[in-house]
Amino acid sequence: MPEPGIGWTGLAASLVLVAVAVGLSFAQRLRLEGPILQASSRAAIQLLLVGWALQLVLRPDQPVVWAFTWVVAMVVFAAFTVRRRAPEVPAAFSIALVATAAVAIVSLGVIFGFGVFPLEGRAVVPLAGMMIGNSMTSEVLAARRIVAELRDKRPEVEARLALGYPWRSAAAPYVRDALRTALVPQIEATKAVGLVILPGAMTGLILAGVDPFDAVVVQLAIMYLVLGSVATSVTVVGVGLTRRLFTPDHRLVRLARPAP
Amino acid sequence: MLESVTVVGEGGRRILDRVSCQFPLCGVSVVLGPSGAGKTTLLRVCNRLEVPSEGRVLLGGRDLAALDPLALRRRVGMIFQRPVLFAETVRDNLEVARKARMLGPGSLDQDRSDPAELLEVLAVAGLDDTFLDRDADQLSGGEAQRVCLARALLTRPSLLLMDEPTSSLDPANSEVIERLARTLVDTGVGVVWVTHDLHQADRLAEQALVLVDGKVASLDEATAFIERGRGRPDA
Repeated sequence: MPEPGIGWTGLAASLVLVAVAVGLSFAQRLRLEGPILQASSRAAIQLLLVGWALQLVLRPDQPVVWAFTWVVAMVVFAAFTVRRRAPEVPAAFSIALVATAAVAIVSLGVIFGFGVFPLEGRAVVPLAGMMIGNSMTSEVLAARRIVAELRDKRPEVEARLALGYPWRSAAAPYVRDALRTALVPQIEATKAVGLVILPGAMTGLILAGVDPFDAVVVQLAIMYLVLGSVATSVTVVGVGLTRRLFTPDHRLVRLARPAP
Repeated sequence: MLESVTVVGEGGRRILDRVSCQFPLCGVSVVLGPSGAGKTTLLRVCNRLEVPSEGRVLLGGRDLAALDPLALRRRVGMIFQRPVLFAETVRDNLEVARKARMLGPGSLDQDRSDPAELLEVLAVAGLDDTFLDRDADQLSGGEAQRVCLARALLTRPSLLLMDEPTSSLDPANSEVIERLARTLVDTGVGVVWVTHDLHQADRLAEQALVLVDGKVASLDEATAFIERGRGRPDA
């Protein structure tokens, strides 16, 4: 396998494009020079730290339990992120925590249960990262859509409740719409793959010198796993959040509007 | 029957303040009061879409808090101020209500659509057979409210809560809904009718409760409030 590292000079060379972005922002008076530089340096610091920590965790002589500890940390961090991005959603943290944990258990269970990838730290962490990362985005979308849908359709939901429907049935048509909205982008992304986007795992493998066909097979497996993970997390959010938005005696709670 | 019912809203405001009253389960009872008096909230505590912060609501001598809320809501129907129809056709709307009744005990064997039953409630609401397959969002306000009424009747309620059901309708349609309410009363359904219209209250009421600012008030107070409100452009 050829040496995949690009070294510090390679990294420095890639900064040329950041300089171009800053220059364009300045020329067009977009006033985004600060944010661009901040984002670039933040990414550098975060990733270098992660790389360093991963080096410790993923050394072949380290027990795989460290990799799983890393996954747990990712799940918790993902739940925090969901809460921050969906502040109007009640109990967003605990719901996202359960949903993301479900994703981690189900997807890693399938991956290693069926032996899709070998049970090693260097497989556990990046795979879990991809599942959790994609699920997190969908969880935010699903949670916000459910709250918005039930808030905007409150008269209809209450008309159903007033007819004697239990909360689950009264909410079902609206929650269903919200979950579809959250899942459709992932399905669309799965359709467009290869034609428009060359996804990350595949690009990385090809850059690392793996045969493109082998890289595609890995990528396909990952895409299916991501699709499954997103569906799992969105469903868990749907069930958990809807329950949280009704009282035990079948009343819809007051729902806040998101801050503008 | 309401016993000293208080409902505290957002910001600690008392939407209902120790309201006590009694409605008979037959005839038309009117709740009269200006906008913001707490009339809608009073109706909502009667079928537990809202619960009192203090006090209790009794139906036939039993505390609502002790009843199954779903069975209660099938027994105590509700018509909202703005007609709320679900997607698709009038038939679909009626089916939603018919299925709600099927959720109740002892009705599993009847889980079949019976067009005659749907046509019957439409007829009670003054709508002919052609309405059954009409698109719900193509109906006029008056027709929509009548479909809501027909829909509410499918759960076979013994009491119907009507929250300013004619406020978005023209006089002719209002009259139709008023007449329908009286017809229902003749078939043994009790009606609690909320309005801010003194003349309507006068036409309908066999008994009346006057609410001002969340409290039970005298008719004079309400009249004064409503007359004052008329001077405002938004009233």
